[in-house]
Amino acid sequence: MKTILSIVYLFAAAHLLAGEGLKVGDKAADFKLKNVDGKYVSLVDFPQAKGFVIVFTCNTCPYAKAYQNRFIALDKEYKAKGFPVIAINANDPAVEPGDSYEAMVTRYNEKKYSFPYLFDQKQEVFRIYGATKTPHTFLLEKNEKEELIVKYIGAVDDNYQDASAVKQAYLKNAINALLSNREPDPNSTKAIGCGVKQKT
Amino acid sequence: MKTRRFIIFAFFLLITGGISAQDKDIPMLKFSDLEKLLHQKSDSVFVINFWATWCGPCRRELPEFEKIHQEYTREKVKVLLVSLDFPSRLDSGLNPFLKSNRITAPVVLLNEPDANAWIDKVDPGWTGSLPATLIYKGSNRLFYERELHYQDIYGSIESLINL
Repeated sequence: MKTILSIVYLFAAAHLLAGEGLKVGDKAADFKLKNVDGKYVSLVDFPQAKGFVIVFTCNTCPYAKAYQNRFIALDKEYKAKGFPVIAINANDPAVEPGDSYEAMVTRYNEKKYSFPYLFDQKQEVFRIYGATKTPHTFLLEKNEKEELIVKYIGAVDDNYQDASAVKQAYLKNAINALLSNREPDPNSTKAIGCGVKQKT
Repeated sequence: MKTRRFIIFAFFLLITGGISAQDKDIPMLKFSDLEKLLHQKSDSVFVINFWATWCGPCRRELPEFEKIHQEYTREKVKVLLVSLDFPSRLDSGLNPFLKSNRITAPVVLLNEPDANAWIDKVDPGWTGSLPATLIYKGSNRLFYERELHYQDIYGSIESLINL
């Protein structure tokens, strides 16, 4: 019995290591990460929120930079409606010095972010979520039990080059669907991005 | 006399530098054009690398693809480097990079902003991070969403070439 259990455990561990991450419909875990103001932030700190737009992003990736202003606009529009943006930088500064905590503080102040910009220093949260690149977004909604359910994973929209040429605002459409009690369709999309920087 | 010699020397450098670097315009493709290159029916092995100049691991592995391109000239192996650089930075980013790194393998720029519409058509397992590489011969396809080393590329080619 013990052997079977340890085999099961090994498979489970292998599964976790494979970085499967969250899927639409899964329960998302809360986390506790350091914000640019030095204070720690968890999702439980937002009792009024109906859900969250979790954005794995960074300072340095051109794709992430192309979306900085769109994240600010998104937060301004949807925080009041119950879906604030929470940005997380999971890059290892040893690999990408431009994504250090100090550089995050500078970027936050330059861009006047209206949302928390958290540092996943131990690189644990991005693995649990299954973020593979920046930017990579996860839309969560609280259910009646206050659990956080993944409702949408993927791209912000269909044009990283030009915000004014966007035809499909995937993420916005997904939030609007939740606000009118519908399931997002599509509930997952893909985008090109920079891989999350890890030591090899 | 000294000046004249220097000018001749500089001219020589210019010519030899020009030969080894890309001297043609980089073709800008839509996905419908690129897709044909991902499904070629021939007995060649096609090595298609998706990359960008702003991607660190891509810059690291690019010389290995160039090496493969130069080594396999006599065999049926074709390397294609598909850049996902921003088209607006073609002259300021991509072209100078190719020149200074003396990349002679063919390069195309994929200008297709709605990645969600085409990522799955390259490989359904691709989440969208760079670098990514497709190595195929006929219907036998290998796909990698990570940085590759020379041995990885070489091994993949060798596993397909005699199929």
